[in-house]
Amino acid sequence: MKELILIAVGSALVNNVVLSQFLGICPFLGVSRKVETAAGMGVAVIFVITLASALTAVVNKLLVRLDLEFLQTIVFILLIAALVQFVEMFLKKFSHGLYQALGVYLPLITTNCAVLGVAINNVNYEYSVVQSIVNGFGTAVGFTISIILLAGLRERNEHNPIPKPFRGSPIVLVTAGLMAMAFFGFAGIL
Amino acid sequence: MNRITERLKNGILTENPTFVLMLGMCPTLATTTSAMNGIGMGLTTTAVLAFSNLLISALRKIIPDRVRIPAFIVVVASLVTIVEMVLKAYIPSLNKALGIYIPLIVVNCIILGRAEAYASQNPLIPSFFDGVGMGLGFTLGLTSIGIFRELLGNGSVFGLRIMPASYQPISIFVLAPGAFFVLAMLTALQNKLKVKGATYVDGEERDIACGGDCSACTGAVCAENHRMIAADAEKKKAEAAAKAKELAAKKAAEKAKMEAEAKAAAQTIDAAFKKFEDGQTSGTEGGGQA
Repeated sequence: MKELILIAVGSALVNNVVLSQFLGICPFLGVSRKVETAAGMGVAVIFVITLASALTAVVNKLLVRLDLEFLQTIVFILLIAALVQFVEMFLKKFSHGLYQALGVYLPLITTNCAVLGVAINNVNYEYSVVQSIVNGFGTAVGFTISIILLAGLRERNEHNPIPKPFRGSPIVLVTAGLMAMAFFGFAGIL
Repeated sequence: MNRITERLKNGILTENPTFVLMLGMCPTLATTTSAMNGIGMGLTTTAVLAFSNLLISALRKIIPDRVRIPAFIVVVASLVTIVEMVLKAYIPSLNKALGIYIPLIVVNCIILGRAEAYASQNPLIPSFFDGVGMGLGFTLGLTSIGIFRELLGNGSVFGLRIMPASYQPISIFVLAPGAFFVLAMLTALQNKLKVKGATYVDGEERDIACGGDCSACTGAVCAENHRMIAADAEKKKAEAAAKAKELAAKKAAEKAKMEAEAKAAAQTIDAAFKKFEDGQTSGTEGGGQA
């Protein structure tokens, strides 16, 4: 149990997926203009990454048993694409409210490198299925934390007098850099 | 021959994936801690990009249109697996330095973007050189960012000491926040100099995922967004046209109304004139009578 908590905290804060591993930069910079949309994206990412890490961890066991580990990348990316499609169809059919809340973000997640990155990390760290799920969940929570924080910061400096060349994406990148510096502080807790 | 040089120039300068299109930001930020890592990542991506373009161009008439994206992904993923094995066998140090970012080349949007935008519609040779050009452009971008970060953060370039011994390295530049700061400066410079680039666009901001910044973006990820922007533009155009039509109709109606009014006024004037004339004649008549 203690080990699982350590994995979750480590992946959410210390090795933050966006700010220290640079995975999922596109949605991080793109969908962070408003706190609500950022939260929506975050929830969708938690949902998909947790499911995807469970699925890929199980399938990886199968690949290892069949001695087909070299197919890892191909199998994982197809699994993730299929999973996202399936989740989208499932939500559309059975949970309209959830589909309306998350639907727009789902297609964007297929190509989010954080999903594939977590799956590959789980294999590299030789996590068990449960550990993989916890790591996936923690990573996704870390993504959600940072994207919501960035959205909050962006909302706040919307009306600040920013020098003209820095308006738009440069100031967002500076903000993200400062956040990355702040997240360095978590390195001491493990 | 001409087409080949044109493709190479397009990839390296005109549509440079790092500086102009701003695609593949994850490896750009993550692997540029040193010039060597930058050039390694760039060349690895170039190899995948060139051969994926070649294969996809060769298969372009066989792949059914509806499943083309999954088919492209399988081709790219196979190539990435091959490249990863080659690196593991021959350059293990680079494989170790780049780590997880090698399998993640699969989801680099430059590769799917070129497959979708160029290789799936063009013959073999130009497609191959399109891939080479784009890859070299990406390598150029990563290497120059890597040189900059290594020089400031470590005082060296390609591992060779450049700065004098008294130079205190600003080590934040080789750490994670430095990547964001360097990219921020780069985009700010682009904005300042108004260089053509994905971050410098005149249009208004949009609510879609990539902010609609990528006016020149060809990434497959953005294919959907492209459609949205196009639909938006179309809608705006239609709205403007409808407005113009309405205005024209209004104008026509006004004109008609005015004409009618003028006519009516003319008629009343006519009538009054006639009446006056009548009155006058009757008056004269009356006068005559009187």
